[in-house]
Amino acid sequence: MSEELHEVRLSVNGVVHELRVPARRLLSDALRHDLGLTGTHVGCEHGVCGACTVLVDRRPMRSCLMFAVSAVGSEITTVEGLTEQDGSPEGRLGPVQQAFAECHGLQCGFCTPGFLTTITAGLRDNPDPSEDEAREMVAGNLCRCTGYVNIVKSVLRASEIARERR
Amino acid sequence: MKPAPFAFVRPQGLQHALEALAADPGAKVLAGGQSLVPLLSMRLAAPTTLVDINALPDLDHVRVDEGGVHVGALARHADVLASDHVRRAQPLVSLALSHVAHPTIRNRGTTVGSIVHADAAAEMPMVLALLGGSVAVASRSGTRTIPAAELYAGPLESTLHHDEIALEATFPVLAPVDGIGFEEIARRHGDYALVGVGAIVRVEAGTIASARLGYLSVSDVPTVVDVTQALAGELSAGSIEAASEVALRQLEPADDLHATAAYRSRLVRVLTARVLRAAYDHALDRARDRIES
Repeated sequence: MSEELHEVRLSVNGVVHELRVPARRLLSDALRHDLGLTGTHVGCEHGVCGACTVLVDRRPMRSCLMFAVSAVGSEITTVEGLTEQDGSPEGRLGPVQQAFAECHGLQCGFCTPGFLTTITAGLRDNPDPSEDEAREMVAGNLCRCTGYVNIVKSVLRASEIARERR
Repeated sequence: MKPAPFAFVRPQGLQHALEALAADPGAKVLAGGQSLVPLLSMRLAAPTTLVDINALPDLDHVRVDEGGVHVGALARHADVLASDHVRRAQPLVSLALSHVAHPTIRNRGTTVGSIVHADAAAEMPMVLALLGGSVAVASRSGTRTIPAAELYAGPLESTLHHDEIALEATFPVLAPVDGIGFEEIARRHGDYALVGVGAIVRVEAGTIASARLGYLSVSDVPTVVDVTQALAGELSAGSIEAASEVALRQLEPADDLHATAAYRSRLVRVLTARVLRAAYDHALDRARDRIES
């Protein structure tokens, strides 16, 4: 018996995509395999590690804990959507991305997309976090390389960059 | 890790959702999915149909009135936690919610979903039980209200019938003479607690008129223990020890990968003392604020 496919309209980074997927297709897999947006990484696949975090209607959520069929009607932002338009063809890095580059906030980079999306939303709610608040902001994401010190620095630096750019 | 295949419906109306649920004995409701989807991905559960209720109208409310704090089936933990009305009306709900997983999970997971998922290691089932709240459920044949004391049948098992959908949880408002406390200890921030304890203490004329404790992660179901008699009106090292003894007689601390039963019993004593003192002080603070205002 072949599995039933569902027509799904997904709005990702401002672009509407139409796809046909089985109901069990995780949002993380739909992004990576059906849409080719491989910036979203899949780590533990049960909601613990945070690597797959994307923004759903501007709030961070685990894309491995949602089905693509449940994401209709929502605006999804992945790490690919964090780049800012500045008139150049590639755009420029968003404040959080720029801060990670400056502060050595990543080594292997596997966990980074989840940190970038989480921090982007976190700074929207709290644009000027203390160091403790910065640490709290990333407490739901795992990184096995950095020891988090440079990630916390990156949060604080991203807050500065966002202010400088306003 | 991928879920087994299932049929999927995303009804726009409650009646349609109830019919879809009743049509398949293997059907399951999907709300936030933060507990259900991992179970599906690890194939610990394999429902044949998922009824996605996220498109149902008018279920995302967080409302406070004299009847209590009313939380709709699609209100996310984050929405309930962000409500100042809820914090003022029943601070134990807000305090416990801040311990539920991480903010990212709270953005998607629903409070009502967590309650009817009936995990004895979760905060909100215990809070509903401790406060004596209730859950309103609907089926094709009508609606009924299940008191928290009748909601938990066993581990991950509620007394909802297969064809019922939980619509709303109601937490009673905190009485002016009551104070609350909540503490838990987890191996890592945001993890499931090894032990969690909530308290609600009533203080009248400086004397403890009643005291109840709620425990998570120390038994198969959320457990509420009345320790009014053990405290005999006041908090002292002796009366707190007596309260812990009463609680431990009703609890079943078990060994697992994360803690021994003996360590869990130790945590029960330590946290019981902390939350009783916190709830007592909270009740006194509230009494003082009433006099000043």
